[in-house]
Amino acid sequence: MEHIQYGLEELGKILIVGVIAVSIIEFVAYILCKKVFRTRFTVPYMLLAPAIVGVIAFIVYPFLFNVSLAFSNMSMRRFLNYNVGWQHGVQNFIDVFTVPILQRVSFFTLFIRTLIWTVINVFFHVVGGMFLAILLNRPMRLQNVYRTILILPWAIPQVIVALTWRCEFHYQFGFMNIFLQRLGFSPIPWLEDPFWAMVAVIIVNVWLGIPFMMTIIFGGLQSIPQDYYDVAQIDGAGGIQQFFHITIPLLKPVLIPAVMLGIIWTFNNFNVIFLINQGGPMEGTHILITSMYHAIFGLYRYGFGAMYSMVLFVMLMLITMMYFKVMGGFKKEVYE
Amino acid sequence: MNKTAAGQQFIMKRKSREKSKKNYWVAGDSPQKRVGIHCCLIVACIFVLYPVSRIITVSLRPLSTLLTTDLRIIPPNATMENYIKLFTDHSFLLWLWNSLIIAVGTILLSLLLSTTAAYAFARWKLPGYRLALIFLLTTQMLPAGMLLLPIYIVVVRLNLYNTYLGMIFAYACTAIPFNIWLLRGYFLSIPRELEEAALVDGATIIQSFTRVLLPLSTPALAIAGLFSFMTCWNEFMMARVMLQRPAVRTWTLALERMQGQFSTQWGLLAAASFIVAVPVALVFLAASKYMVSGLTLGGMKE
Repeated sequence: MEHIQYGLEELGKILIVGVIAVSIIEFVAYILCKKVFRTRFTVPYMLLAPAIVGVIAFIVYPFLFNVSLAFSNMSMRRFLNYNVGWQHGVQNFIDVFTVPILQRVSFFTLFIRTLIWTVINVFFHVVGGMFLAILLNRPMRLQNVYRTILILPWAIPQVIVALTWRCEFHYQFGFMNIFLQRLGFSPIPWLEDPFWAMVAVIIVNVWLGIPFMMTIIFGGLQSIPQDYYDVAQIDGAGGIQQFFHITIPLLKPVLIPAVMLGIIWTFNNFNVIFLINQGGPMEGTHILITSMYHAIFGLYRYGFGAMYSMVLFVMLMLITMMYFKVMGGFKKEVYE
Repeated sequence: MNKTAAGQQFIMKRKSREKSKKNYWVAGDSPQKRVGIHCCLIVACIFVLYPVSRIITVSLRPLSTLLTTDLRIIPPNATMENYIKLFTDHSFLLWLWNSLIIAVGTILLSLLLSTTAAYAFARWKLPGYRLALIFLLTTQMLPAGMLLLPIYIVVVRLNLYNTYLGMIFAYACTAIPFNIWLLRGYFLSIPRELEEAALVDGATIIQSFTRVLLPLSTPALAIAGLFSFMTCWNEFMMARVMLQRPAVRTWTLALERMQGQFSTQWGLLAAASFIVAVPVALVFLAASKYMVSGLTLGGMKE
């Protein structure tokens, strides 16, 4: 009961703080527009002002702050009295590539592991999603029932999915091993062996990611007119030919942004790996993003971690740009 | 005469074709193929449903036989023990309440900030607005983990560590760019004339915004609110950094802690998961059609 009261009180305080903050921002914006700059866009600027302040406070400033942290020697012991300087930045940058990020894994191991993780996951997402979407894309009974069931992994909160699957990989009592044993195989040490732990997290992430691709591809398939297939049939094209010469090319505008999103999400996937195994055993399932989290909030290497996150950001940008270059998809309509 | 007969015949044919489209057993694939497709889909559904059903199974197990190799979906002598224990021995309601406050605060704040900003972007050609929109899009490419440390330090410096307010600010502000894109796209699709008519009738700009535009864009507002709700209700990484005090712990953090004491609390974890997952999944399923269209909605209009 007292928690509810506490919560409501906090909410009230937040409202009051919000109203005061917005009024101050609006007032300053009004003065700036009317008196200082004398612009004719007073109203839109006043409408924009709170959002601009918010974006600056929680996106732009943190980003710049991160850059400055990357050039500092901030750590647990130097949380307040840290120094910023080029030499620290260079040191951090060299450290990223030479010193182990955590206790044992180095940057390049993590990089290759992340690449494998991303490629395998996105590949299975697209193939699985495409397969199910094509099966669903026809007049059939129970279509809505199937779609509702198949979308479930996306609908359930990721935290719950990861924690539940973690239980199911338990050596003795998880259903994966029980099934294996009943089928006559020997049980697999899912969470104890680095290789199998990686397989386990990939299974979970594939299970999680297929519904998104399925939904997107299904939407794309529905916009392809049936006439194309009829004409292809008359011309004697088989199912596989139809797939590669009609479906894939016409799905491209949908697939390219979806795959890009998939790559970014998978590359940045923190929840699954962290909740299933905390990157263990023996740091065997850490990917770049989880190791960054661990370096910062587990080992308190703030300056180093900031530089590391910058490196990851640049890498992600490069990967995305390369992807677009290869697919030839950096077109306007994809975005606007 | 002849002509009309032919016309009628054509219409009849067309009608029968339409009918056959509705009658699944006449149109399209051969029966064998159809059976194969249904088999594939049923197998896929089992792959999806079995792990999900295990949540229910485990949550219904009595405490004495929590760890068994039994695979039945409804366990023998099923009880509600875990559910009762969740509410009596643990502050489950508090966790949900914390998550709810943060989610509601985030929705309100992010919608307030992003509707006004989106309106400004939709109705005025401000100098450099294109650049600003592209900038907002690039912020979506930042890895979530990248801003974690600086936001954490900003929040600590602002003395908002371990508070709802810090979480709400952080979530709402990171949700703004996406919401602006989404809402601006929708605002552009609403005819300007409606607002101009209101202005001619003597309404102020603020009135035409709140009385004309906002009521017309409730679908987009709902989608944006839903997106904000889903992301912060299910968020884990940032909450884990910024909320350490038990009194403000959200359900994602609490479930993760339960997992830490793994062997004893398996049933509790499952019970909590079930209670949290059902409403969220229902909302998601009901809204999934709009959510998917919402992902593209913002990009439709230029």
